[in-house]
Amino acid sequence: MYTKEVMEHFKNPSNMGEMKDPDVTSKVGNPACGDVMRIYLKVGKRDGEKYIKDIKFKTFGCASAIATSSVTTEMAMGKTLEEAESIEEKEISEELGGLPKIKMHCSSLSANGLHEAIYQYKKKEGLDISEDLKKKHKIAQKTLERTKEMRRKHGLDEE
Amino acid sequence: MKKVNEDRIYVDNNSTTPMDPRVKESMDPYFGEDFGNPNSLHKRGRTANDSVKKARGKVADLLKSKEDEIIFTGSATESNNHVLKGTAFSRKKKGKHIITDKTEHKCILSACRWLEEQGFEVTYLDVDEEGYVSPEDLKEELRDDTVLVSIMMANNEIGTIQPIKELAEVTHGNSDAYFHTDAAQCPGKMKVDVEELGIDMLTLNAHKMYGPKGIGALYKRQDVDIDPLLHGGGQEGGERSGTENVPYIVGFGKASEIAKRNWKKQGKKLTDMHNKFIQKIQNRIEEVKLNGPKKPRLPGNVNLSFIGVEGEALVLRLDERGIETATGSACSSEELKASHVLEAIGRGPETAHSSLRVSFGKFNTEEDIERMVDVLEEEVADLRSITALDKKGKIGD
Repeated sequence: MYTKEVMEHFKNPSNMGEMKDPDVTSKVGNPACGDVMRIYLKVGKRDGEKYIKDIKFKTFGCASAIATSSVTTEMAMGKTLEEAESIEEKEISEELGGLPKIKMHCSSLSANGLHEAIYQYKKKEGLDISEDLKKKHKIAQKTLERTKEMRRKHGLDEE
Repeated sequence: MKKVNEDRIYVDNNSTTPMDPRVKESMDPYFGEDFGNPNSLHKRGRTANDSVKKARGKVADLLKSKEDEIIFTGSATESNNHVLKGTAFSRKKKGKHIITDKTEHKCILSACRWLEEQGFEVTYLDVDEEGYVSPEDLKEELRDDTVLVSIMMANNEIGTIQPIKELAEVTHGNSDAYFHTDAAQCPGKMKVDVEELGIDMLTLNAHKMYGPKGIGALYKRQDVDIDPLLHGGGQEGGERSGTENVPYIVGFGKASEIAKRNWKKQGKKLTDMHNKFIQKIQNRIEEVKLNGPKKPRLPGNVNLSFIGVEGEALVLRLDERGIETATGSACSSEELKASHVLEAIGRGPETAHSSLRVSFGKFNTEEDIERMVDVLEEEVADLRSITALDKKGKIGD
């Protein structure tokens, strides 16, 4: 079902766990579908450009959600914000040698998590936010709202 | 993560069981010299015919039914489809209403949805937080045009044992409907006596009781008349056409014989194992929810939600450590929806996605429990160190 790369990242994920004093954190996902992801970022400056100095994740999700989180943080580490912003779900799943069709949403979850963290950072620092990133932010927000709505609908808040 | 241990522990017995070596041995001749068709007149045919008859007797013995009340089928899924579709179509002049419940196996629910598309009406009863169907609820839903009630004997995911005798009494006392139960999980660990239960039809299969896959049975009381699913050469008294699967039927017979002899001892052993396992887990791991009834439950069945730990991830981590389990998590299913059973007992999505089913069988040992608890403690702790949910399993801020 899973490639060797997915299983390796799942068994020994990189950059996992909480970060002390992050510059920003993001939260994306939908527990109704069984995935929630947090990204922690520390941003540095190099040759006049902002870049990802450190990145960590925490994920509630299946093997492929954990593996995509892990590989996404590896791909983003050290990249400039602009470079990291352009990491797309397709590249993430390719990096893992492909994902089963029904798990493709896991790679979009981690791409969302990364983009949302960058959005939050740029917003906080008053930096320019591209139209593309704004769009990505909206998508991330929608999944969280859908979750809340679903919980209310099922009357599940007391559990 | 630690290295894989040499010996694997199989604790997914509600999914399928390993074959008892005696069952395999009983089947062997029928793949070779005794290959005959039971419908042939010659000696080889008669040998096959005798063997099928003997096996039928053994299955009947297990259920305390008459021999000719046992119909061999290809699976429990087929038996259930036969009951639902056969009853619906043969009794449609009397009525088009069927009652079942929300925690049934997918094959019952899917067949019911299909019948709805064909113009039949189905009521899906709710269950309580431990998974029980209430006889009062059933009574309220029974109508003049109700032709069938189908409620499973024990739930395959959460181990709830339904009050079948009472539900059958309510059905027969308040309607003309037939009462059917899917008892695939029960033989060999519980008493399954069709007379005592007072039911009309019962579904069974061999591979949940240490027999082969690909063979099922349907108990149908003599005076119950429903349409067959498969028409053809008139085998199985015209109830299920198709040349009898002789080796598998023989294996089913052997498995039934063993199950009948050992059910009390096995039932107790498996109950002790699941109680011990649940207790040890609850002593050693925090934030664990037990899904299903406190007690009694289907012997050997355990269903736990480890808050903050997604089920598929835990199953695969355990698999890497040599322990074979199952989950009701959506991520293991095509449609990415969490278990309909956990939803029916009111579990929220995070809890439902965090479920782990462990089901003990007769080949498990006390040592298995010790090793499983140790490994679970480590893997749950590790997955919790990377989870995005808080201690209560919520998203938090």
